[in-house]
Amino acid sequence: MPSETKSYVETPKSLAALREEIASGKTKAAALASSYYQRIEQVNPHLNAYLNLTKERALAQAERIDQLAAKGDPLPALAGIPVGIKDTLVVKGAPSTAGSKILEGYQAPYDATPVAKLEDAGAVLLGKLNCDEFAMGGSNENSAYGPVHNPVDLERVPGGSSGGSAAAVAANLAVATLGSDTGGSIRQPASFCGVVGVLPTYGRVSRYGLIAFGSSLDRVGPIAANVRDAATLLGVIAGHDAQDATSSLAPVADYAADSDQGVEGLRIGVPAEYFADGLDPEVREKIEKGIESLKAAGCTVKPVSLPHTKYAVPVYYLIATAEASANLARFDGVRYGHRSPDAKTLAALYKNSRDEGFGPEVKRRILLGTYALSAGYYDAYYRKAQQVRRILAEEFLRAFAEVDAIVTPTAPTPAFKIGEKVDDPLAMYLSDIYTVTASLAGICGVSVPSGKTAAGLPVGMQVLACHFGESTAFRVARAVEAAKL
Amino acid sequence: MTAKVSVEEVERVAELAHLELKPEETVRMSKDLNAILDYVAELNEIDTTGIAPLEQISELEGVGGVTDLRVDSVVASLDRTAVMAAAPDSDGVFFKVPKVIER
Repeated sequence: MPSETKSYVETPKSLAALREEIASGKTKAAALASSYYQRIEQVNPHLNAYLNLTKERALAQAERIDQLAAKGDPLPALAGIPVGIKDTLVVKGAPSTAGSKILEGYQAPYDATPVAKLEDAGAVLLGKLNCDEFAMGGSNENSAYGPVHNPVDLERVPGGSSGGSAAAVAANLAVATLGSDTGGSIRQPASFCGVVGVLPTYGRVSRYGLIAFGSSLDRVGPIAANVRDAATLLGVIAGHDAQDATSSLAPVADYAADSDQGVEGLRIGVPAEYFADGLDPEVREKIEKGIESLKAAGCTVKPVSLPHTKYAVPVYYLIATAEASANLARFDGVRYGHRSPDAKTLAALYKNSRDEGFGPEVKRRILLGTYALSAGYYDAYYRKAQQVRRILAEEFLRAFAEVDAIVTPTAPTPAFKIGEKVDDPLAMYLSDIYTVTASLAGICGVSVPSGKTAAGLPVGMQVLACHFGESTAFRVARAVEAAKL
Repeated sequence: MTAKVSVEEVERVAELAHLELKPEETVRMSKDLNAILDYVAELNEIDTTGIAPLEQISELEGVGGVTDLRVDSVVASLDRTAVMAAAPDSDGVFFKVPKVIER
Protein backbone atom coordinates (compact mmCIF):
# COMPACT_ATOMS: atom_id res chain seq x y z
CA MET A 1 0.00 0.00 0.00
CA PRO A 2 1.41 3.47 -0.84
CA SER A 3 2.66 5.17 2.31
CA GLU A 4 0.89 8.49 1.62
CA THR A 5 -2.58 7.04 1.45
CA LYS A 6 -4.17 6.23 4.79
CA SER A 7 -6.36 3.21 5.36
CA TYR A 8 -9.63 3.79 7.20
CA VAL A 9 -10.37 0.09 7.41
CA GLU A 10 -11.96 -0.97 10.67
CA THR A 11 -13.96 -4.13 11.31
CA PRO A 12 -17.34 -3.61 12.98
CA LYS A 13 -18.14 -5.71 16.04
CA SER A 14 -20.33 -8.72 15.29
CA LEU A 15 -24.10 -8.60 15.75
CA ALA A 16 -23.79 -11.18 18.51
CA ALA A 17 -21.25 -9.12 20.45
CA LEU A 18 -23.25 -5.91 20.12
CA ARG A 19 -26.49 -7.64 21.05
CA GLU A 20 -24.90 -8.90 24.27
CA GLU A 21 -23.60 -5.43 25.11
CA ILE A 22 -26.95 -3.75 24.51
CA ALA A 23 -29.08 -6.39 26.21
CA SER A 24 -26.87 -6.36 29.30
CA GLY A 25 -26.90 -2.57 29.43
CA LYS A 26 -23.13 -2.45 29.06
CA THR A 27 -23.63 -0.29 25.96
CA LYS A 28 -26.53 2.07 25.41
CA ALA A 29 -27.93 2.06 21.87
CA ALA A 30 -28.02 5.85 21.95
CA ALA A 31 -24.33 6.03 22.86
CA LEU A 32 -23.51 3.49 20.15
CA ALA A 33 -25.36 5.53 17.54
CA SER A 34 -23.60 8.70 18.69
CA SER A 35 -20.22 7.02 18.46
CA TYR A 36 -21.03 6.00 14.88
CA TYR A 37 -21.99 9.58 14.05
CA GLN A 38 -18.72 10.78 15.54
CA ARG A 39 -16.74 8.35 13.39
CA ILE A 40 -18.79 9.33 10.33
CA GLU A 41 -17.96 12.98 10.98
CA GLN A 42 -14.23 12.17 11.06
CA VAL A 43 -14.01 9.59 8.30
CA ASN A 44 -16.80 10.28 5.82
CA PRO A 45 -15.15 13.40 4.35
CA HIS A 46 -12.36 11.08 3.11
CA LEU A 47 -14.66 8.39 1.74
CA ASN A 48 -17.83 10.22 0.65
CA ALA A 49 -19.80 7.09 1.56
CA TYR A 50 -22.75 8.89 3.19
CA LEU A 51 -24.80 11.48 1.32
CA ASN A 52 -27.28 12.27 4.10
CA LEU A 53 -27.72 11.37 7.75
CA THR A 54 -30.99 10.56 9.51
CA LYS A 55 -29.95 11.51 13.04
CA GLU A 56 -33.33 12.36 14.53
CA ARG A 57 -34.88 9.09 13.47
CA ALA A 58 -31.79 7.11 14.49
CA LEU A 59 -31.59 8.58 17.97
CA ALA A 60 -35.34 8.18 18.57
CA GLN A 61 -35.07 4.51 17.67
CA ALA A 62 -31.96 4.06 19.83
CA GLU A 63 -33.86 5.65 22.75
CA ARG A 64 -36.73 3.18 22.28
CA ILE A 65 -34.30 0.25 22.30
CA ASP A 66 -32.58 1.51 25.44
CA GLN A 67 -35.95 1.70 27.22
CA LEU A 68 -36.75 -1.89 26.23
CA ALA A 69 -33.33 -3.03 27.43
CA ALA A 70 -33.69 -1.16 30.71
CA LYS A 71 -37.02 -2.89 31.42
CA GLY A 72 -35.44 -6.24 30.63
CA ASP A 73 -37.94 -6.76 27.77
CA PRO A 74 -36.99 -9.19 24.99
CA LEU A 75 -35.10 -7.34 22.31
CA PRO A 76 -35.83 -7.64 18.57
CA ALA A 77 -33.17 -9.30 16.39
CA LEU A 78 -31.28 -6.16 15.39
CA ALA A 79 -31.93 -4.05 18.48
CA GLY A 80 -29.72 -0.96 18.45
CA ILE A 81 -27.64 -2.05 15.47
CA PRO A 82 -26.48 0.93 13.37
CA VAL A 83 -27.14 0.35 9.67
CA GLY A 84 -26.78 2.43 6.50
CA ILE A 85 -29.17 2.41 3.54
CA LYS A 86 -28.20 2.74 -0.12
CA ASP A 87 -29.70 5.87 -1.68
CA THR A 88 -31.74 3.84 -4.18
CA LEU A 89 -33.93 2.66 -1.27
CA VAL A 90 -36.47 5.17 0.00
CA VAL A 91 -36.58 6.17 3.63
CA LYS A 92 -39.60 8.24 4.66
CA GLY A 93 -38.89 11.89 5.28
CA ALA A 94 -35.24 11.56 4.27
CA PRO A 95 -33.61 12.46 0.95
CA SER A 96 -33.38 9.70 -1.66
CA THR A 97 -31.30 10.78 -4.62
CA ALA A 98 -30.40 7.44 -6.25
CA GLY A 99 -27.06 9.20 -6.78
CA SER A 100 -28.71 11.53 -9.31
CA LYS A 101 -29.30 15.25 -9.64
CA ILE A 102 -32.75 14.55 -10.99
CA LEU A 103 -33.86 13.57 -7.49
CA GLU A 104 -31.91 16.22 -5.63
CA GLY A 105 -34.02 17.32 -2.68
CA TYR A 106 -36.61 14.58 -3.13
CA GLN A 107 -37.94 13.14 0.12
CA ALA A 108 -39.94 9.95 -0.07
CA PRO A 109 -43.39 9.72 1.59
CA TYR A 110 -42.87 6.08 2.56
CA ASP A 111 -40.28 3.52 3.65
CA ALA A 112 -39.02 0.77 1.37
CA THR A 113 -40.18 -2.61 2.73
CA PRO A 114 -36.63 -3.90 3.47
CA VAL A 115 -35.95 -0.63 5.34
CA ALA A 116 -39.17 -0.94 7.36
CA LYS A 117 -38.29 -4.53 8.21
CA LEU A 118 -34.86 -3.53 9.50
CA GLU A 119 -36.38 -0.84 11.68
CA ASP A 120 -39.11 -3.18 12.96
CA ALA A 121 -36.27 -5.50 13.99
CA GLY A 122 -34.78 -2.68 16.05
CA ALA A 123 -32.07 -1.45 13.69
CA VAL A 124 -30.94 2.16 13.94
CA LEU A 125 -30.98 3.80 10.50
CA LEU A 126 -27.93 6.08 10.35
CA GLY A 127 -28.29 7.58 6.88
CA LYS A 128 -28.29 7.25 3.09
CA LEU A 129 -25.32 5.90 1.19
CA ASN A 130 -23.73 7.08 -2.04
CA CYS A 131 -24.05 4.95 -5.17
CA ASP A 132 -23.66 5.08 -8.93
CA GLU A 133 -26.48 7.08 -10.49
CA PHE A 134 -29.63 4.93 -10.63
CA ALA A 135 -27.42 1.96 -9.75
CA MET A 136 -25.75 2.15 -13.17
CA GLY A 137 -22.05 1.53 -12.79
CA GLY A 138 -19.34 -0.64 -11.30
CA SER A 139 -17.14 1.84 -9.50
CA ASN A 140 -19.33 4.49 -7.79
CA GLU A 141 -17.72 7.06 -10.13
CA ASN A 142 -21.05 7.72 -11.84
CA SER A 143 -22.62 9.37 -8.81
CA ALA A 144 -23.73 12.97 -9.31
CA TYR A 145 -22.45 13.60 -5.78
CA GLY A 146 -18.84 12.59 -6.27
CA PRO A 147 -17.06 9.24 -6.16
CA VAL A 148 -16.73 7.07 -3.10
CA HIS A 149 -13.18 6.20 -2.01
CA ASN A 150 -12.21 2.68 -1.03
CA PRO A 151 -11.26 2.66 2.69
CA VAL A 152 -8.45 0.18 1.92
CA ASP A 153 -6.81 2.71 -0.43
CA LEU A 154 -8.37 6.11 -0.92
CA GLU A 155 -7.04 6.35 -4.48
CA ARG A 156 -9.10 3.34 -5.46
CA VAL A 157 -12.74 2.75 -6.20
CA PRO A 158 -14.89 0.82 -3.74
CA GLY A 159 -16.71 -0.82 -6.65
CA GLY A 160 -20.31 -0.18 -7.59
CA SER A 161 -23.02 0.55 -7.78
CA SER A 162 -23.36 -0.03 -3.99
CA GLY A 163 -19.94 1.56 -3.38
CA GLY A 164 -21.06 3.64 -0.41
CA SER A 165 -22.71 0.60 1.21
CA ALA A 166 -19.58 -1.55 0.92
CA ALA A 167 -17.17 1.22 1.94
CA ALA A 168 -19.28 2.05 5.01
CA VAL A 169 -19.01 -1.50 6.37
CA ALA A 170 -15.30 -1.76 5.52
CA ALA A 171 -14.64 1.47 7.41
CA ASN A 172 -17.02 0.69 10.28
CA LEU A 173 -19.28 3.63 9.47
CA ALA A 174 -22.13 1.16 9.94
CA VAL A 175 -22.28 -2.38 11.31
CA ALA A 176 -24.11 -3.42 8.16
CA THR A 177 -25.78 -1.82 5.18
CA LEU A 178 -28.38 -2.49 2.51
CA GLY A 179 -27.35 -2.37 -1.11
CA SER A 180 -28.99 -3.34 -4.38
CA ASP A 181 -27.71 -5.66 -7.10
CA THR A 182 -28.88 -5.68 -10.72
CA GLY A 183 -25.75 -6.95 -12.50
CA GLY A 184 -23.32 -7.31 -9.59
CA SER A 185 -23.77 -4.12 -7.62
CA ILE A 186 -23.66 -5.74 -4.16
CA ARG A 187 -21.19 -8.52 -4.87
CA GLN A 188 -18.50 -6.59 -6.72
CA PRO A 189 -18.13 -3.70 -4.23
CA ALA A 190 -18.16 -6.23 -1.37
CA SER A 191 -15.28 -7.96 -3.16
CA PHE A 192 -13.35 -4.71 -3.72
CA CYS A 193 -13.77 -3.59 -0.09
CA GLY A 194 -13.14 -6.91 1.63
CA VAL A 195 -16.60 -7.41 3.11
CA VAL A 196 -19.48 -9.85 2.64
CA GLY A 197 -22.23 -9.07 0.12
CA VAL A 198 -25.39 -11.10 -0.49
CA LEU A 199 -27.33 -11.51 -3.72
CA PRO A 200 -30.66 -12.96 -2.58
CA THR A 201 -32.71 -15.02 -5.04
CA TYR A 202 -34.89 -12.83 -7.24
CA GLY A 203 -38.17 -12.42 -5.37
CA ARG A 204 -36.64 -13.28 -1.97
CA VAL A 205 -36.61 -9.68 -0.75
CA SER A 206 -39.30 -7.15 -1.64
CA ARG A 207 -38.40 -4.49 -4.19
CA TYR A 208 -41.08 -2.11 -2.87
CA GLY A 209 -39.33 1.19 -2.29
CA LEU A 210 -36.28 0.31 -4.37
CA ILE A 211 -35.93 2.94 -7.08
CA ALA A 212 -36.14 0.65 -10.07
CA PHE A 213 -33.36 0.11 -12.60
CA GLY A 214 -34.09 -3.28 -14.25
CA SER A 215 -37.19 -4.74 -12.72
CA SER A 216 -36.58 -8.36 -13.72
CA LEU A 217 -33.04 -8.17 -12.33
CA ASP A 218 -33.10 -5.85 -9.29
CA ARG A 219 -32.48 -7.35 -5.86
CA VAL A 220 -32.06 -5.74 -2.42
CA GLY A 221 -29.47 -7.41 -0.20
CA PRO A 222 -27.27 -6.94 2.88
CA ILE A 223 -23.59 -6.12 3.17
CA ALA A 224 -21.90 -7.04 6.45
CA ALA A 225 -18.50 -7.69 7.98
CA ASN A 226 -18.94 -11.45 8.32
CA VAL A 227 -21.05 -14.19 6.77
CA ARG A 228 -23.18 -15.04 9.80
CA ASP A 229 -24.22 -11.40 10.22
CA ALA A 230 -25.06 -11.15 6.52
CA ALA A 231 -27.21 -14.26 6.91
CA THR A 232 -28.97 -12.77 9.95
CA LEU A 233 -29.76 -9.60 8.02
CA LEU A 234 -31.13 -11.55 5.07
CA GLY A 235 -33.45 -13.37 7.44
CA VAL A 236 -34.82 -10.02 8.63
CA ILE A 237 -35.46 -8.46 5.22
CA ALA A 238 -36.61 -11.56 3.31
CA GLY A 239 -40.20 -12.60 2.85
CA HIS A 240 -43.31 -12.11 0.79
CA ASP A 241 -44.65 -8.60 0.32
CA ALA A 242 -48.03 -7.90 -1.28
CA GLN A 243 -46.62 -4.59 -2.52
CA ASP A 244 -44.14 -6.39 -4.82
CA ALA A 245 -45.87 -8.46 -7.48
CA THR A 246 -42.73 -10.54 -8.06
CA SER A 247 -42.20 -11.25 -4.38
CA SER A 248 -42.01 -14.96 -3.56
CA LEU A 249 -44.11 -16.95 -1.09
CA ALA A 250 -41.19 -19.34 -0.50
CA PRO A 251 -40.65 -19.75 3.28
CA VAL A 252 -37.78 -17.84 4.85
CA ALA A 253 -35.18 -20.16 6.40
CA ASP A 254 -33.12 -19.41 9.51
CA TYR A 255 -30.13 -18.49 7.39
CA ALA A 256 -27.80 -17.74 10.28
CA ALA A 257 -28.45 -21.08 11.98
CA ASP A 258 -28.20 -22.91 8.65
CA SER A 259 -24.83 -21.29 8.00
CA ASP A 260 -23.49 -23.04 11.12
CA GLN A 261 -23.99 -26.46 9.48
CA GLY A 262 -20.52 -26.94 7.93
CA VAL A 263 -19.77 -28.16 4.41
CA GLU A 264 -18.84 -31.83 4.81
CA GLY A 265 -20.03 -33.69 1.71
CA LEU A 266 -21.14 -30.65 -0.26
CA ARG A 267 -20.37 -30.76 -3.99
CA ILE A 268 -18.70 -27.63 -5.35
CA GLY A 269 -18.73 -26.83 -9.07
CA VAL A 270 -15.96 -24.80 -10.72
CA PRO A 271 -16.75 -23.45 -14.20
CA ALA A 272 -13.75 -23.08 -16.52
CA GLU A 273 -15.51 -20.20 -18.29
CA TYR A 274 -14.86 -17.98 -15.22
CA PHE A 275 -11.12 -18.71 -15.15
CA ALA A 276 -10.17 -17.69 -18.67
CA ASP A 277 -8.18 -14.78 -20.13
CA GLY A 278 -8.36 -11.46 -18.38
CA LEU A 279 -8.45 -12.90 -14.85
CA ASP A 280 -5.76 -11.25 -12.71
CA PRO A 281 -3.21 -13.95 -11.72
CA GLU A 282 -3.24 -12.91 -8.04
CA VAL A 283 -7.05 -13.15 -7.98
CA ARG A 284 -6.86 -16.58 -9.61
CA GLU A 285 -4.35 -17.72 -7.00
CA LYS A 286 -6.49 -16.54 -4.09
CA ILE A 287 -9.65 -18.17 -5.47
CA GLU A 288 -7.76 -21.42 -6.08
CA LYS A 289 -6.56 -21.28 -2.46
CA GLY A 290 -10.19 -20.77 -1.44
CA ILE A 291 -11.22 -23.84 -3.41
CA GLU A 292 -8.42 -25.86 -1.74
CA SER A 293 -9.74 -24.79 1.65
CA LEU A 294 -13.20 -26.07 0.69
CA LYS A 295 -11.66 -29.44 -0.19
CA ALA A 296 -9.87 -29.46 3.13
CA ALA A 297 -13.21 -28.78 4.84
CA GLY A 298 -14.73 -31.88 3.28
CA CYS A 299 -16.20 -30.71 -0.02
CA THR A 300 -15.85 -32.54 -3.31
CA VAL A 301 -14.86 -30.21 -6.11
CA LYS A 302 -15.67 -30.91 -9.76
CA PRO A 303 -15.73 -28.97 -13.00
CA VAL A 304 -19.08 -27.76 -14.33
CA SER A 305 -19.82 -26.44 -17.78
CA LEU A 306 -21.69 -23.21 -18.41
CA PRO A 307 -21.00 -22.92 -22.16
CA HIS A 308 -23.18 -19.86 -22.93
CA THR A 309 -21.49 -17.74 -20.24
CA LYS A 310 -19.84 -15.41 -22.74
CA TYR A 311 -23.23 -14.33 -24.08
CA ALA A 312 -24.39 -13.15 -20.66
CA VAL A 313 -22.91 -9.68 -21.04
CA PRO A 314 -24.66 -8.75 -24.30
CA VAL A 315 -27.87 -10.28 -22.96
CA TYR A 316 -27.52 -8.19 -19.82
CA TYR A 317 -26.71 -4.99 -21.76
CA LEU A 318 -29.94 -5.37 -23.73
CA ILE A 319 -32.35 -6.43 -20.99
CA ALA A 320 -31.12 -4.11 -18.24
CA THR A 321 -31.02 -1.04 -20.47
CA ALA A 322 -34.40 -1.81 -22.04
CA GLU A 323 -36.01 -2.14 -18.63
CA ALA A 324 -34.16 0.95 -17.41
CA SER A 325 -35.47 3.03 -20.29
CA ALA A 326 -39.00 2.16 -19.17
CA ASN A 327 -38.31 2.62 -15.45
CA LEU A 328 -36.64 6.00 -15.85
CA ALA A 329 -39.47 7.39 -17.98
CA ARG A 330 -41.17 8.49 -14.75
CA PHE A 331 -38.46 11.10 -14.10
CA ASP A 332 -39.98 13.89 -16.14
CA GLY A 333 -40.11 16.92 -13.87
CA VAL A 334 -43.86 16.64 -13.29
CA ARG A 335 -44.48 15.00 -9.92
CA TYR A 336 -41.15 15.03 -8.08
CA GLY A 337 -37.49 15.76 -8.50
CA HIS A 338 -35.83 18.31 -10.70
CA ARG A 339 -38.04 20.43 -12.97
CA SER A 340 -36.35 22.60 -15.57
CA PRO A 341 -37.22 26.21 -14.74
CA ASP A 342 -37.65 27.70 -18.21
CA ALA A 343 -39.73 25.19 -20.12
CA LYS A 344 -42.61 26.81 -21.98
CA THR A 345 -44.28 23.62 -23.16
CA LEU A 346 -44.82 20.22 -21.61
CA ALA A 347 -42.58 18.54 -24.19
CA ALA A 348 -39.77 20.94 -23.36
CA LEU A 349 -40.37 20.35 -19.64
CA TYR A 350 -39.77 16.63 -20.08
CA LYS A 351 -36.72 17.00 -22.30
CA ASN A 352 -35.01 19.76 -20.39
CA SER A 353 -35.65 18.29 -16.95
CA ARG A 354 -34.26 14.96 -18.04
CA ASP A 355 -31.33 16.45 -19.88
CA GLU A 356 -30.39 18.60 -16.91
CA GLY A 357 -31.00 15.88 -14.33
CA PHE A 358 -29.46 12.73 -15.84
CA GLY A 359 -25.74 12.02 -16.11
CA PRO A 360 -24.09 10.72 -19.32
CA GLU A 361 -24.01 7.03 -18.38
CA VAL A 362 -27.72 7.08 -17.57
CA LYS A 363 -28.51 8.80 -20.86
CA ARG A 364 -26.43 6.28 -22.79
CA ARG A 365 -28.28 3.37 -21.19
CA ILE A 366 -31.70 4.93 -21.73
CA LEU A 367 -30.89 5.46 -25.40
CA LEU A 368 -29.60 1.92 -25.88
CA GLY A 369 -32.62 0.48 -24.12
CA THR A 370 -35.06 2.64 -26.07
CA TYR A 371 -33.41 1.54 -29.30
CA ALA A 372 -33.56 -2.14 -28.35
CA LEU A 373 -37.29 -1.85 -27.66
CA SER A 374 -38.25 0.35 -30.58
CA ALA A 375 -40.41 -0.81 -33.47
CA GLY A 376 -38.42 -2.89 -35.91
CA TYR A 377 -35.73 -3.74 -33.39
CA TYR A 378 -37.66 -5.32 -30.49
CA ASP A 379 -37.49 -8.88 -31.87
CA ALA A 380 -33.84 -8.68 -32.92
CA TYR A 381 -32.62 -7.29 -29.62
CA TYR A 382 -34.87 -7.45 -26.56
CA ARG A 383 -36.78 -10.60 -27.44
CA LYS A 384 -33.61 -12.38 -28.61
CA ALA A 385 -31.91 -11.47 -25.35
CA GLN A 386 -34.83 -12.87 -23.36
CA GLN A 387 -34.56 -16.14 -25.28
CA VAL A 388 -30.83 -16.45 -24.57
CA ARG A 389 -31.63 -15.58 -20.97
CA ARG A 390 -33.68 -18.75 -20.74
CA ILE A 391 -30.75 -20.77 -22.12
CA LEU A 392 -28.42 -19.26 -19.49
CA ALA A 393 -30.88 -19.93 -16.65
CA GLU A 394 -31.39 -23.54 -17.74
CA GLU A 395 -27.62 -24.07 -17.86
CA PHE A 396 -27.46 -23.14 -14.19
CA LEU A 397 -30.40 -25.42 -13.36
CA ARG A 398 -28.59 -28.32 -15.05
CA ALA A 399 -25.35 -27.53 -13.21
CA PHE A 400 -27.17 -27.40 -9.85
CA ALA A 401 -28.45 -30.92 -10.49
CA GLU A 402 -24.78 -31.99 -10.27
CA VAL A 403 -23.41 -29.68 -7.56
CA ASP A 404 -24.68 -27.83 -4.49
CA ALA A 405 -22.77 -24.61 -5.08
CA ILE A 406 -20.69 -23.02 -7.81
CA VAL A 407 -17.65 -20.90 -6.92
CA THR A 408 -15.99 -18.26 -9.07
CA PRO A 409 -14.02 -15.07 -8.59
CA THR A 410 -16.44 -12.19 -7.91
CA ALA A 411 -14.41 -9.83 -10.10
CA PRO A 412 -11.44 -10.42 -12.42
CA THR A 413 -9.30 -7.79 -10.70
CA PRO A 414 -9.02 -6.16 -7.30
CA ALA A 415 -10.13 -2.52 -6.86
CA PHE A 416 -8.75 -0.29 -9.60
CA LYS A 417 -7.77 3.37 -9.25
CA ILE A 418 -10.31 6.17 -9.40
CA GLY A 419 -10.23 7.68 -12.89
CA GLU A 420 -8.39 4.72 -14.38
CA LYS A 421 -10.34 3.93 -17.52
CA VAL A 422 -10.79 0.33 -18.19
CA ASP A 423 -9.85 0.65 -21.85
CA ASP A 424 -9.06 -3.00 -22.33
CA PRO A 425 -12.28 -4.35 -23.93
CA LEU A 426 -11.46 -7.92 -22.91
CA ALA A 427 -11.09 -6.98 -19.23
CA MET A 428 -14.33 -5.00 -19.31
CA TYR A 429 -16.16 -7.92 -20.94
CA LEU A 430 -14.96 -10.34 -18.27
CA SER A 431 -15.52 -7.91 -15.41
CA ASP A 432 -19.27 -8.15 -15.90
CA ILE A 433 -19.40 -11.83 -16.85
CA TYR A 434 -18.74 -13.11 -13.36
CA THR A 435 -21.78 -11.39 -11.87
CA VAL A 436 -24.38 -10.83 -14.60
CA THR A 437 -24.94 -14.55 -15.21
CA ALA A 438 -26.45 -15.04 -11.75
CA SER A 439 -28.43 -11.81 -12.18
CA LEU A 440 -30.02 -13.07 -15.39
CA ALA A 441 -30.79 -16.54 -14.01
CA GLY A 442 -32.39 -15.23 -10.82
CA ILE A 443 -30.22 -17.45 -8.60
CA CYS A 444 -28.61 -16.42 -5.32
CA GLY A 445 -25.04 -15.91 -4.21
CA VAL A 446 -22.62 -14.48 -1.67
CA SER A 447 -19.33 -12.67 -2.20
CA VAL A 448 -16.97 -13.56 0.64
CA PRO A 449 -13.44 -12.21 1.21
CA SER A 450 -10.87 -14.71 -0.02
CA GLY A 451 -7.51 -13.19 0.78
CA LYS A 452 -5.65 -10.10 -0.36
CA THR A 453 -3.18 -9.34 -3.13
CA ALA A 454 0.46 -8.60 -2.36
CA ALA A 455 -0.46 -4.90 -2.38
CA GLY A 456 -3.08 -5.55 0.30
CA LEU A 457 -6.16 -5.28 -1.93
CA PRO A 458 -9.12 -7.54 -1.07
CA VAL A 459 -10.12 -10.43 -3.32
CA GLY A 460 -13.66 -11.81 -3.25
CA MET A 461 -14.97 -15.28 -4.02
CA GLN A 462 -18.49 -15.59 -5.38
CA VAL A 463 -20.46 -18.57 -4.07
CA LEU A 464 -23.57 -19.25 -6.15
CA ALA A 465 -26.46 -21.52 -5.25
CA CYS A 466 -29.77 -22.44 -6.87
CA HIS A 467 -32.97 -20.45 -6.45
CA PHE A 468 -33.77 -20.15 -2.72
CA GLY A 469 -30.52 -22.00 -1.92
CA GLU A 470 -29.14 -19.16 0.21
CA SER A 471 -28.50 -21.47 3.17
CA THR A 472 -26.10 -23.55 1.06
CA ALA A 473 -24.32 -20.46 -0.21
CA PHE A 474 -23.89 -19.21 3.37
CA ARG A 475 -22.50 -22.57 4.55
CA VAL A 476 -19.85 -22.55 1.83
CA ALA A 477 -19.05 -18.88 2.41
CA ARG A 478 -18.56 -19.59 6.14
CA ALA A 479 -16.02 -22.28 5.27
CA VAL A 480 -14.06 -19.89 3.04
CA GLU A 481 -14.21 -17.24 5.75
CA ALA A 482 -12.96 -19.71 8.35
CA ALA A 483 -9.92 -20.51 6.23
CA LYS A 484 -8.71 -16.95 6.91
CA LEU A 485 -6.97 -16.75 3.54
CA MET B 1 -28.15 -7.80 -37.84
CA THR B 2 -25.10 -5.53 -37.71
CA ALA B 3 -26.41 -2.08 -37.05
CA LYS B 4 -25.11 1.16 -38.35
CA VAL B 5 -26.89 3.69 -36.22
CA SER B 6 -26.82 7.11 -37.84
CA VAL B 7 -26.87 10.43 -36.04
CA GLU B 8 -30.44 10.92 -37.33
CA GLU B 9 -31.45 7.61 -35.81
CA VAL B 10 -29.95 8.63 -32.46
CA GLU B 11 -31.96 11.84 -32.64
CA ARG B 12 -35.11 9.81 -33.34
CA VAL B 13 -34.40 7.53 -30.37
CA ALA B 14 -33.66 10.55 -28.18
CA GLU B 15 -37.03 11.97 -29.22
CA LEU B 16 -38.72 8.71 -28.16
CA ALA B 17 -36.90 8.84 -24.83
CA HIS B 18 -37.71 12.54 -24.26
CA LEU B 19 -34.06 13.40 -24.05
CA GLU B 20 -32.53 16.54 -25.50
CA LEU B 21 -28.98 15.89 -26.68
CA LYS B 22 -26.47 18.52 -27.71
CA PRO B 23 -24.91 17.95 -31.18
CA GLU B 24 -21.62 16.66 -29.77
CA GLU B 25 -23.51 14.34 -27.40
CA THR B 26 -25.47 12.94 -30.35
CA VAL B 27 -22.28 12.16 -32.26
CA ARG B 28 -20.72 10.46 -29.23
CA MET B 29 -23.88 8.50 -28.50
CA SER B 30 -24.04 7.21 -32.08
CA LYS B 31 -20.45 5.96 -31.76
CA ASP B 32 -21.16 4.31 -28.40
CA LEU B 33 -24.38 2.76 -29.59
CA ASN B 34 -22.71 1.31 -32.68
CA ALA B 35 -19.89 -0.16 -30.63
CA ILE B 36 -22.34 -1.79 -28.23
CA LEU B 37 -24.68 -3.03 -30.96
CA ASP B 38 -21.77 -4.58 -32.86
CA TYR B 39 -20.89 -6.38 -29.67
CA VAL B 40 -24.38 -7.65 -28.93
CA ALA B 41 -24.67 -8.91 -32.51
CA GLU B 42 -22.81 -12.05 -31.41
CA LEU B 43 -26.14 -13.21 -29.94
CA ASN B 44 -27.06 -14.06 -33.52
CA GLU B 45 -24.64 -16.99 -33.30
CA ILE B 46 -27.13 -18.74 -31.04
CA ASP B 47 -30.04 -20.68 -32.48
CA THR B 48 -33.04 -19.70 -30.38
CA THR B 49 -35.71 -21.34 -32.55
CA GLY B 50 -38.59 -22.51 -30.41
CA ILE B 51 -37.20 -21.03 -27.19
CA ALA B 52 -39.69 -18.92 -25.27
CA PRO B 53 -38.40 -15.61 -23.91
CA LEU B 54 -37.80 -15.75 -20.14
CA GLU B 55 -40.06 -13.02 -18.83
CA GLN B 56 -40.50 -14.02 -15.20
CA ILE B 57 -37.93 -15.81 -13.06
CA SER B 58 -40.83 -17.44 -11.25
CA GLU B 59 -41.78 -19.40 -14.39
CA LEU B 60 -38.55 -21.40 -14.28
CA GLU B 61 -38.91 -25.06 -13.33
CA GLY B 62 -39.01 -25.50 -9.57
CA VAL B 63 -38.61 -21.82 -8.72
CA GLY B 64 -41.94 -21.19 -7.18
CA GLY B 65 -44.79 -20.37 -9.51
CA VAL B 66 -47.49 -17.78 -9.20
CA THR B 67 -47.90 -15.67 -6.11
CA ASP B 68 -51.28 -14.84 -4.61
CA LEU B 69 -53.23 -12.08 -6.27
CA ARG B 70 -54.31 -9.19 -4.05
CA VAL B 71 -57.98 -8.83 -3.29
CA ASP B 72 -59.34 -6.13 -5.60
CA SER B 73 -60.54 -3.62 -3.03
CA VAL B 74 -60.06 0.06 -2.37
CA VAL B 75 -57.71 0.76 0.53
CA ALA B 76 -55.93 3.85 1.76
CA SER B 77 -52.78 4.51 -0.20
CA LEU B 78 -50.24 7.28 0.22
CA ASP B 79 -50.87 10.44 2.19
CA ARG B 80 -51.77 13.04 -0.44
CA THR B 81 -50.25 15.94 1.49
CA ALA B 82 -46.92 14.16 1.73
CA VAL B 83 -46.97 13.26 -1.95
CA MET B 84 -47.90 16.74 -3.15
CA ALA B 85 -45.21 18.25 -0.92
CA ALA B 86 -42.66 16.76 -3.31
CA ALA B 87 -44.27 18.32 -6.38
CA PRO B 88 -42.38 21.11 -8.14
CA ASP B 89 -45.66 22.94 -8.80
CA SER B 90 -49.13 22.00 -7.65
CA ASP B 91 -52.36 23.34 -6.18
CA GLY B 92 -52.35 20.60 -3.58
CA VAL B 93 -54.58 18.37 -5.64
CA PHE B 94 -53.24 18.53 -9.20
CA PHE B 95 -49.70 18.72 -10.55
CA LYS B 96 -49.30 21.90 -12.56
CA VAL B 97 -47.39 21.80 -15.84
CA PRO B 98 -46.92 24.15 -18.82
CA LYS B 99 -49.55 24.01 -21.56
CA VAL B 100 -49.73 20.74 -23.40
CA ILE B 101 -50.74 21.99 -26.81
CA GLU B 102 -49.22 24.92 -28.62
CA ARG B 103 -51.81 27.19 -30.19
